[in-house]
Amino acid sequence: MRRFFAMLLALLCIAGMLSGCHGSRGLEPFEIPESFDMAQKHEITFWAKNDTNKTQTAIYQKAIADFQALYPNVTVNMRLYTNYGDIYNDVITNISTQTTPNVCITYPDHIATYLTGTNVVVPLEGLFDDERYGLGGSELKFDSVSRGEVIPEFLSECAFDEHYYALPFMRSTEACYVNKTYVEKLGYELPETLTWDFVWEVSEAAMEKDAEENFVVNGQKVLIPFIDKSTDNMMIQMLRQLGAGYSDAEGNIEIFNDTTTELLLEIAVHAKNRSFSTFKISSYPANFLNAGQCIFAIDSTAGATWMGSDAPLIDISEDKLVDFETEVMTIPQFDPENPTMISQGPSICVFNKSDSQEVMASWLFAQYLLTNDVQTAYAETEGYIPVTSAAQQSEQYTDYLAREGEDNAEHYDVKIKASKLLLENTQNTFVTPVFNGSASLRDAAGQLIENTTRACRRGDTVDAAYLEAMYDDVASLYRLGQGGASAAQRTELGALPTESAVLLCTLAAVWVLILIYVIFQRVKTRKNG
Amino acid sequence: MKKYIALVLALVLAFAVVGCETSEKTPSPTPDVKSEGVMTYAEYDAAEEGSQVVIETYVQGKQSWWDNKATVYTQDHDGAYFCYEMACTEEDYAKLVPGTKIKVTGEKGSWAGEIEVMNATFEILEGSYVAEPTDVTSLVGTDDLAKKQNQKVSFKGLTVEAYNGQEGKGFAYKNDQPGDDLYFQASINGTTVEFCVEYYLTNDTTDVYKAVEGLQVGQTIDVEGFLYWYEGANPHVTGITVK
Repeated sequence: MRRFFAMLLALLCIAGMLSGCHGSRGLEPFEIPESFDMAQKHEITFWAKNDTNKTQTAIYQKAIADFQALYPNVTVNMRLYTNYGDIYNDVITNISTQTTPNVCITYPDHIATYLTGTNVVVPLEGLFDDERYGLGGSELKFDSVSRGEVIPEFLSECAFDEHYYALPFMRSTEACYVNKTYVEKLGYELPETLTWDFVWEVSEAAMEKDAEENFVVNGQKVLIPFIDKSTDNMMIQMLRQLGAGYSDAEGNIEIFNDTTTELLLEIAVHAKNRSFSTFKISSYPANFLNAGQCIFAIDSTAGATWMGSDAPLIDISEDKLVDFETEVMTIPQFDPENPTMISQGPSICVFNKSDSQEVMASWLFAQYLLTNDVQTAYAETEGYIPVTSAAQQSEQYTDYLAREGEDNAEHYDVKIKASKLLLENTQNTFVTPVFNGSASLRDAAGQLIENTTRACRRGDTVDAAYLEAMYDDVASLYRLGQGGASAAQRTELGALPTESAVLLCTLAAVWVLILIYVIFQRVKTRKNG
Repeated sequence: MKKYIALVLALVLAFAVVGCETSEKTPSPTPDVKSEGVMTYAEYDAAEEGSQVVIETYVQGKQSWWDNKATVYTQDHDGAYFCYEMACTEEDYAKLVPGTKIKVTGEKGSWAGEIEVMNATFEILEGSYVAEPTDVTSLVGTDDLAKKQNQKVSFKGLTVEAYNGQEGKGFAYKNDQPGDDLYFQASINGTTVEFCVEYYLTNDTTDVYKAVEGLQVGQTIDVEGFLYWYEGANPHVTGITVK
């Protein structure tokens, strides 16, 4: 009998070893527990992004302290980042070791890549609707918003692959911050809605220099009339405004089309004249705008506190600041009657863990970030808007909006104008399809403009042939159409090759024979003894 | 035979002495002799922004490697070059140590005032040079400081100032928490310089990071680092001595 057990044990060990060779299974799917155990202690990690804005850090810290007071069994450890890309990279790195944070601020495009791991991100629809702990749940220790109070457009941005994988946290769009003083000095009047033609025309007019090689409009040696902070957004929005292809929901790449080529050839003209540049090539639009070295600065509404002569946050020395009137406008349009702009802003995702109680603690904290106090306080730090109707309609927030321009800090007019711009245009916003690889496609969209601009500054010829070659390079560099790529990506390895199977079986057989021999020798020794 | 050997030994000794004398007369450091098609520092300095540049230079410090891109501080005997996100495998990145000679082909760019080589590729060459820091204390507040951009430099006898005027605050975390860049301000002759402990260059396990976390307003310090530029001088600190 013992011999039989020994054999069985050996075979089980070998089977275990062999199955372990072909990758780990990852986590089990999350299941909502019966209740949240307040006696069990949890330490959860929260990876967040601030905009180098200390008030935002303070709001997160207060939210954590308030949450911990309600749930003393949960400790939230925050780690702050200054850009979403770093959070994305760190999450990707930590998926394989199952050391992801519990909650993180992120973008749906990024979540789509996280999903390539097994059960890494918790689908939230079950939690949304849980009567006790869901949105507006009866057992919550705070005044939670109901599902109907989350702005539907924003919530729908968190749904892909037939699940909700995030909660919206804040929403913003892009705005064009205009040096109105210089536009008028050049003899132009700002239209009600900016158009691309207007921006290009004024930008070219601004390039005139005097005999001392100073630009006439600002009297300085430096002027880049038009700077775009995010060239990926620039390309995406231009294509959308023209109804041209970018991608579909299945991940088919449509960006390399004739409209893209026409747009890049137009951009090339202005890049060559140096009337247009990008953040990656020239640095922050806000710094140029505030120094009187830029006329049209396109940046997020979430960067409004850095824009304008009286901006509360300034990154250049005082002696470089120039006094001018700042106008906050929608991004340039091809069809001003039907303005279109991107919806962006951080969302919150909850990572799966082996302990469902820990996931519940994470969910409760994530949900807490949608409460009115957190939403209004955070939205007021920048040109964000709250993602719930409850917060948008709250007395605190409506009062805040009404006090536009009262001071150059909390009620800085450029910041509040930026928020109002999005509130008035929520129905004109769009998002791009989310799929595994959509983050790469977004990067590639920006790279097309970056490469074109750089080539023009170098003096290279940018024509249809150049662009065709660049499309191939960019498609290859970003592995477009290959389902994305990441360190954490789960790859289906397919069936084991025959040679490998034979080798592994042979190894197993040898081990079995060795064990049989050892057991046989022992039995023989005992019998003889 | 003995005489012959003695004669040979004497001649060898004589040549050795002459050799020593010659080497003492050779000026040091040796000026860079560039390969064909490679720019001198003066030519690089004069090149237009956006134009292609080819340089031979020596690694002085490494900032980061990620996604097959490396950012390194380099310098030759005439000037310095900040190479931003050069195409680089992780294996090659490991080969870049202070002194390693590299040939870099890329574009000259300017970002927030920092002159850098962008979109570059490189190859490792034979040769080594580790620069000594240049004392630029007397250049603080002058336009000449920019001429030393990206070089390994030192500042002597600076006074730590309250960071952005916040009383008692000798330094600041970028994110109000450790684990990211550190900033401090120090002055000499009425001019304040903003210094940065760049986390990717010297993270929170390094002596310099810890030393800056201990800075007190009013202390006198000597600082070493790379003369990085961000909307003005913003040296990336590699060493600090509190007097």
